[in-house]
Amino acid sequence: MAQQWDPWREMEALRREIDRAFEQVGLRLPPLFRTAFLPGRAAREYPLVNLYEDKDTVYVEALAPGLDPASLNVSVVRNSVTISGEKKGIPDSAKPDSVHREERAAGRFTRTVELPAEIDENKVQAEYKHGLLFLTLPKAEAAKPKQITVQVA
Amino acid sequence: MAEKTVATTSGRQVASERERTRTQERYVSPPVDIYETPNELVLLADLPGVAPDDLEVRLEDDILTIRGQAKHLRTQEPVYQEYELVNFFRQFELSEQIDQGKVSADLKHGVLTLHLPKTEKAKPRQITVQVS
Repeated sequence: MAQQWDPWREMEALRREIDRAFEQVGLRLPPLFRTAFLPGRAAREYPLVNLYEDKDTVYVEALAPGLDPASLNVSVVRNSVTISGEKKGIPDSAKPDSVHREERAAGRFTRTVELPAEIDENKVQAEYKHGLLFLTLPKAEAAKPKQITVQVA
Repeated sequence: MAEKTVATTSGRQVASERERTRTQERYVSPPVDIYETPNELVLLADLPGVAPDDLEVRLEDDILTIRGQAKHLRTQEPVYQEYELVNFFRQFELSEQIDQGKVSADLKHGVLTLHLPKTEKAKPRQITVQVS
């Protein structure tokens, strides 16, 4: 059955097509407006974390420059990890009127991050390198994916 | 200490910005603390993810340039992301009161510490008053 030509429907179809095209472009663009970098002095959560995951392990990378390694504390309970520590700012010996700029966040912090799987607490490894804290958190046996062979009758 | 946002490597002013052969990279200006002691200025800059080999601190024509390449510890795509590491770049103009030959830098735990000693002329001097 031949449909009558309807300019409004044509325009609607075109609009939808343009929307779809832009959606695809949006996916391919580098994420310009992602929370990009350093938490300033008013950061709500510190440190910021990135999470990586593969079959057996969860990895946490935390953006935490200038920590006193002795103050750094990492603890794992089931599927959450807590990072706490202290970042030193300008030493107390500097007089307030001798400070030209104070932009870096400083002080004590604690943050708990929930992980996508339960963790084997005994095998957790932590590394502090170039101001990034890197945690290697092996998944607990119960959380690992299991291969099930299909019986063919 | 004034901050420079545009690189001026030579003294002359160019009206239009010169184009580079490489495409413009994205930079982040690192947060800094600067404080003064009687003998020097100390600059602390947060540069997480920058290895000592990837950091460049340059002093040329009174302009201090800090440039660092930050790298994630893992190259895999994250499943959850709150930050990304891009390169750091920031410039400062130093005054004549800084002894530019004696500037020293140290990078530890992702924090750059720069010691900018004052010239002898700019250091405070105690003058004892002779009581006759």
